[in-house]
Amino acid sequence: MTSPAPIAEPREAPRPDPGAVPALSIDGVSHLYGPRRALMDVSFNVQPASFTALLGLNGAGKSTLFSLITRLFGIQTGRVGIFGHDVGKSPGEALRLLGVVFQPRTLDLDLSLTQNLLYHAALHGISRREARARAAELLDRIGLSDRAASKVRDLSGGQMRRLEIARALLHRPRLLLLDEPTVGLDVKARADIISHVRQLVTEQGIGVLWATHLFDEIMAGDDLVVLHQGKVLAQGPMNRVITEAGAQDVNTAFMRLTGAQTMPAGGGA
Amino acid sequence: MSSITTREAPRGFSTSEYMTCLTGIVWREGLRFLHQRERFVSALVRPLVWLFIFAAGFRQVLGISIIPPYETYILYEVYIAPGLMAMIQLFNGMQSSLSMVYDREMGNMRTLLVSPLPRGFLLFCKLLAGTAVSLLQVYAFLLIAWFWDITPPPSGYLTVLPALVLSGLMLGSLGMLISSGIKQLENFAGVMNFVIFPMFFASSALYPLWRVQEGSPYLYYLCEANPFTHAVELIRFALYGQINWISLAVVAGCTIVFMIGAIWAYDPSRGLTRRGPAGGEG
Repeated sequence: MTSPAPIAEPREAPRPDPGAVPALSIDGVSHLYGPRRALMDVSFNVQPASFTALLGLNGAGKSTLFSLITRLFGIQTGRVGIFGHDVGKSPGEALRLLGVVFQPRTLDLDLSLTQNLLYHAALHGISRREARARAAELLDRIGLSDRAASKVRDLSGGQMRRLEIARALLHRPRLLLLDEPTVGLDVKARADIISHVRQLVTEQGIGVLWATHLFDEIMAGDDLVVLHQGKVLAQGPMNRVITEAGAQDVNTAFMRLTGAQTMPAGGGA
Repeated sequence: MSSITTREAPRGFSTSEYMTCLTGIVWREGLRFLHQRERFVSALVRPLVWLFIFAAGFRQVLGISIIPPYETYILYEVYIAPGLMAMIQLFNGMQSSLSMVYDREMGNMRTLLVSPLPRGFLLFCKLLAGTAVSLLQVYAFLLIAWFWDITPPPSGYLTVLPALVLSGLMLGSLGMLISSGIKQLENFAGVMNFVIFPMFFASSALYPLWRVQEGSPYLYYLCEANPFTHAVELIRFALYGQINWISLAVVAGCTIVFMIGAIWAYDPSRGLTRRGPAGGEG
């Protein structure tokens, strides 16, 4: 194990179009839980039509960051923007453009698939008729049309996740956040979900922020943000992060950057 | 993707979007309630025990003189029925508010709170949905009570509705305010001991206040100052097609104050941070 590599320039983020408004901009965000610092001066962007992996161990601050972006927590320091709308100042406009899949399941287990989707649509002010059409279309896309009237309780873990992703897309957001969405899923379900989300990026131009501690979910061409103990240690296109860390692969780069001694749990599948 | 690279002007939300959201939240709460049979049964058993056992036992002990809104001598069961209706709402309000603040329902609260509509409006909808559920419980109670000879005038079932909506909102927002503000009251046992029982017993639910006054003037003033007393009286009068203006003013005023306070004090991070962000921060 060598000493940690120099920290990559933290503020630099890929900008394909100089005039573009980032799908998500995190600017100087810090967060305290009492005296404990959960996030320290975190800054990075997610571009539209890009897949950004937020890589960090458990406790790195990923879920805190998600709670700030989704307005569950008040922003203490810094600014979070979604397509230029400040989450603190105009949360309505910002959240309208945001779809989110939280790490813990947030479905109503006793309601049917359609009922869960209709409820979410109502929360976004989408009329019942329009909501029914969109729900049917999305259930079809995730291959669960025939289960539309079943209780969510009867679905498998992978199916629930697919439903949660469909739900997050119901109001047609342009930024999608996913907090460790594949945790607890089998290999096939993981692969299905990853390919589905990557398709959304390429086909619909959705900007995706994918929080994970599983290195094999990251592909060449992705943007990477390495978060460790509340700080961004490196960010940029995956290849550059690896090169700057003087490593051959993401795994080694991550370990050099964080000084981690061991592989993160569940690192390979 | 040129269309997604520029910032759009804010467009706000239309009235129909607000209404869709409100009806959606109430609809879901109703569906969930129908699926939770145990909750329904326990919500009904509690007042029925009071009605069938307590009231029967106390019938001989407590004589009720003719007081408004009653025009004749009434049985004790008839007297306590409005108090038990309010008790149903008290329990329901505390239960649903507690689950909104602490994380029993946190997954669902996350879904609710990432809605783009204003948070105050979302919480108001949630309180209204909780009230709607309490209405189902109260009317089920009234149906059973009817067979127990508690027979208010038929129009009373309609005139009591607005009173129940108002008292339900008051008790729901009080529950939310208390559980947001007082850390120690994080479990239902604490709320039972320190909120529900004192509010229920120091009120006109079980005995008319003139009787209390005879026993202890101080307790009488306490009962008079208890918003729950006014919720009970508002319901009692409305059930007989009358309006108790003082109670109406107190309940309406308290509803506004409690609701503004509750929305202001509501902190969704509480349910999340107490056991570390749900599912383990990371």
